[in-house]
Amino acid sequence: MAVLEVRGLTRHFEVRPGLLARLVGQGQQQVIKAVEDISFSIGEGEILGLAGESGCGKSTTCLLITRLLEPSSGEILFKGVPINSLEGEDLKTFRRKVQIIFQDPYESLNPRFTVFDLIAEGPRALGLWDVRETEERVLAMLASVGLTPQEYRARYPHEMSGGERQRVGIASALVMEPELVVADEPLSMLDVSIRADILDLLRGLSSRLGFSCLYVSHDLAILSNIADRLMVMYLGMVAEIGSIEDVIADPQHPYTNALVEAVPAPDPRYRRPVPKIHGDIARPIDPPPGCRFAPRCPHAIDICRKDPLPALMETENHHLTACHRVGDLT
Amino acid sequence: MLLELDNLCVSYATRAGPVHAVEGVRLSIGEDEVLGLAGESGCGKTTLIKSLLRLLPKGARVDATRMMFKDADILTMGDRDFRRRIMWNEMSLVPQSAQASLNPVYRVGDQVIEAIREHVDMSISAARARVEELFDLVGLEPRLITAYPHEFSGGMRQRAMIAMALALDPALVIMDEPTTGLDVLVQERIIRKIRELREKSHHSILLITHDISVIAEMSDRIAIMYAGQIMEVAPAIALFEEPVHPYTLGLKNAFPSIKQIGKPLISIPGSPPSLLGGVDGCPFAPRCPFAVEVCRKERPPLKEIAPGHVAACHRSDEAPHMRNQASEKETWQFSKSVA
Repeated sequence: MAVLEVRGLTRHFEVRPGLLARLVGQGQQQVIKAVEDISFSIGEGEILGLAGESGCGKSTTCLLITRLLEPSSGEILFKGVPINSLEGEDLKTFRRKVQIIFQDPYESLNPRFTVFDLIAEGPRALGLWDVRETEERVLAMLASVGLTPQEYRARYPHEMSGGERQRVGIASALVMEPELVVADEPLSMLDVSIRADILDLLRGLSSRLGFSCLYVSHDLAILSNIADRLMVMYLGMVAEIGSIEDVIADPQHPYTNALVEAVPAPDPRYRRPVPKIHGDIARPIDPPPGCRFAPRCPHAIDICRKDPLPALMETENHHLTACHRVGDLT
Repeated sequence: MLLELDNLCVSYATRAGPVHAVEGVRLSIGEDEVLGLAGESGCGKTTLIKSLLRLLPKGARVDATRMMFKDADILTMGDRDFRRRIMWNEMSLVPQSAQASLNPVYRVGDQVIEAIREHVDMSISAARARVEELFDLVGLEPRLITAYPHEFSGGMRQRAMIAMALALDPALVIMDEPTTGLDVLVQERIIRKIRELREKSHHSILLITHDISVIAEMSDRIAIMYAGQIMEVAPAIALFEEPVHPYTLGLKNAFPSIKQIGKPLISIPGSPPSLLGGVDGCPFAPRCPFAVEVCRKERPPLKEIAPGHVAACHRSDEAPHMRNQASEKETWQFSKSVA
């Protein structure tokens, strides 16, 4: 069974016009369609990569599946149970079983807490274990993220490098024994030379502890290194989902294709091809009808500019693409 | 040579003692050349360019045996002279964060006009005409001249900063992380634009970034910096295909490529040394799997490996052997205690 199942998830934000515009009777209510009718699932022990440019709805999706934001419509099932009706003890369990690793290890750790207290905060807040068991588990977790417990337990965040801080961030998520971990660009603030260790650590712990992971990044090169499957979003819609090999090596959606071709390579002989798409990503305020990508798409035809959004269709073994023209382009 | 640096040292006075942010740097940039300078945070790359542009804070000390721009000694030149003759006229900067570098309450066009008129005598109308030309050059619509920064997207702001840097046709443009924080499609377009502009005006670029892919794509030559010192300088292709310094080897291992899905990445163990009070021996030795006794005692000088290719490593003669070993993960697990 899938750990997380998302069906038709939608989130709109209403933007009220300014006071002056309202007084003179101008200005209409605008709607930001941050996430529009997306569906996906994450299997047990699976790492799903989520890629897309700024403004594509990656962060809103993270907030929705961790129930830090309520959806406008659609369903989110965690182990088969809809999360938006959870209350009391069940909600507490959900909060424990779904954990987040934050982007910035410099901002996300309380500077007044020691490493031990940072990691113990979650278990203490939920009253999970007694004092002795909390200590045992926190120290064991420190060791699993590669920090010697005796050396690090009493340190403060300012006494550690970015990589060490991110290890503490990972430890405080994993000490809760989550079944789903949402990692929002956890490497983007770290230096290249230590990124590989953090990736290895996440992958190793995921297979040892058996948690599933939604790994969000705009960097396809990193995603191709850690993810089992890849989901690409564009302006609130899902453009493509499939195994990492299929999506990177054989992208079906014109947007994914442009995104993959635009990734630079660490090779001075390589030149990126000139992208076939034009223009900039639009803002998701009152988007035009039809496929969100149509205004920039070199293959768009009439049907692409009309509602509804193209649905995700399977081209081959679990490789899904939301494009009206997917059959014509291959 | 356009720019020649020898034994450039920059130190900051702190309460705990001097911090040697840049130490003994030897580097040169020729006419019509792109030199990429790569290194991790805290390696001194930003301090290095700030020392060139005289943007260092008070308390910073700059020293060099040679610091020449064309025929001018920019170490001893007076501040007034430097501002009039060199800054912006000969050497300009595209700063790290275009977002933070534009004043939000002034129109973007006016800010470029101001930059021009600060450095040359030019009438407002002539400066305005120059701005129109520049906006066209970098691919910004003319109507944006009278727009405010918040009306620009990230990529457009970066273009405006490039326009400003090119305003007086400088011989050297210093670009500090020009594409960091931009989405990959926008980044590709900016880099293509920078390359197009160079085909027309043949200015040199000193490109600073931690992104190895961007460096590879843009540079003629590449310099690798670590803990305030130059580790290796080589033509771009030689640096990628026949790297010598173990730090360069380690960086290459650690960088993911979309062309090799699932290729295991290898980290460099440990973290950079504190620059407080200076470092004895090779600064990379504590993290280097090939370090021997001499590496911890004597600082290796930059040695010529091939024409135009220098490296600061005591064991540079054994480069082929080190290259072989460095691609094995086990090599970098030589000591758990450094991590």
